[in-house]
Amino acid sequence: MKYVDEYRDPEEAQRLLEAIRPLAGEPLRIMEICGGHTHAIYRSGLDQVLPESIRFLHGPGCPVCVTPAVRIDQAIALAKRGCIVATFGDMLRVPGSHESLRQASARGADVRIVYGSLDAVEIARKNPGRDVVFLAVGFETTAPANACAILHARELDLENFSVLGSHVLVPPVLRYLLDAPGTEIDAFIGPGHVSTIVGSQDYAFLPEEYGKPVVIAGFEPLDLLEAVLLLLRQRAEGRCSVEVQYRRAVRPEGSPKARAVLEEVFELQDQDWRGIGRIPRSGLGIRPGFAPFDALSRYQPDLPQDVAEDAGEYICGAVIQGAKAPVECPAFGLGCTPEHPFGPGMVSSEGACAALFRYRQNAREARA
Amino acid sequence: MCLAVPGQVIEIGEDNMALVDLAGVRRKVCLDLVDGVRVQDYVLVHVGFALQRIDEEEARRARQQLEAMFALSRGEAEPS
Repeated sequence: MKYVDEYRDPEEAQRLLEAIRPLAGEPLRIMEICGGHTHAIYRSGLDQVLPESIRFLHGPGCPVCVTPAVRIDQAIALAKRGCIVATFGDMLRVPGSHESLRQASARGADVRIVYGSLDAVEIARKNPGRDVVFLAVGFETTAPANACAILHARELDLENFSVLGSHVLVPPVLRYLLDAPGTEIDAFIGPGHVSTIVGSQDYAFLPEEYGKPVVIAGFEPLDLLEAVLLLLRQRAEGRCSVEVQYRRAVRPEGSPKARAVLEEVFELQDQDWRGIGRIPRSGLGIRPGFAPFDALSRYQPDLPQDVAEDAGEYICGAVIQGAKAPVECPAFGLGCTPEHPFGPGMVSSEGACAALFRYRQNAREARA
Repeated sequence: MCLAVPGQVIEIGEDNMALVDLAGVRRKVCLDLVDGVRVQDYVLVHVGFALQRIDEEEARRARQQLEAMFALSRGEAEPS
């Protein structure tokens, strides 16, 4: 496939590694923000082929992982009232306060997996007698698509469609991590697909206010190796700036059209992050003008209420914030597995724990 | 979640929906979030939407820049 195969060439990877080695004398702790990058790093084994001085810290960029447990509880409550709950496949195993959507589905709840937000709109169109709730999560990448679903539903005059949302933003959580005491991040690999929407300018505060360089990268192994090389070159040359490695897809201004859709449907709000807690103005809520399409406003007060997140599940919070590695958790692979996740890092294939578990065969190998 | 895969636009139909070839699998993809997509363009597809057009010229330029960087590293690695 064009734009895939040429970024997986092993000989090119060797050339990149040879260019990296002479620059990697001093340690560099790189946080890859996006869960897609975490997954790619473990899948391709980059953490094992790079010099030991390069360490990846896994960031909080997995929207499934950071969705508060109460959203799952609310979706289950709505399903029990007879709503059809449509959601992304990754959401089914996420533990709520008492059970997951998959468990609720086994007990008779009507839960349907959709590939995209418009599939949920289609379910509503085909089931005029039923309320359809789309449990929608995402960062800036997915939020415009979910917003589009609301616009489509309005165009179709659908009265039985609403969105139960948990939409989160990258810049505020990075500020939160950097402001926390004891943060040990030297540099960032920026999220490639979030940046196709927001552009590269949103990260200027990282070099300007915090002195941390950023390279926005694609998701193939060569993309990530090149991003590491670019960060090392910035250090070697005494520079500190936002660079785009993923130039084939990221423009400085992002996608103005998608940003306009975001602005039309959503507004900034304080947001709860599972494993982290509440971060001011770090999420997107549905604007009051779209209240009929907002499940939280439509079905209140029948829903379990939003509560401040408890960050105390094992060391999940510390793993999600890059402060601890998955293998430092006593439950990792021993009780807590992708089949039976205890907490957020293990629920999605992009969670740091789940990615490590999957690609290192067993806990012993991962712990080695 | 933020997984997006490259695909080539085969045709653009009504309602701004396109038929996109994703490594041999054809899917309907909504073009509401991106301007100026034409048939044969490569786009990044995410949850049924085209996120962005893939820029062939930028991909080529990035490639050249990397070659220049390799040349530079070889220079640096040589003993002085």
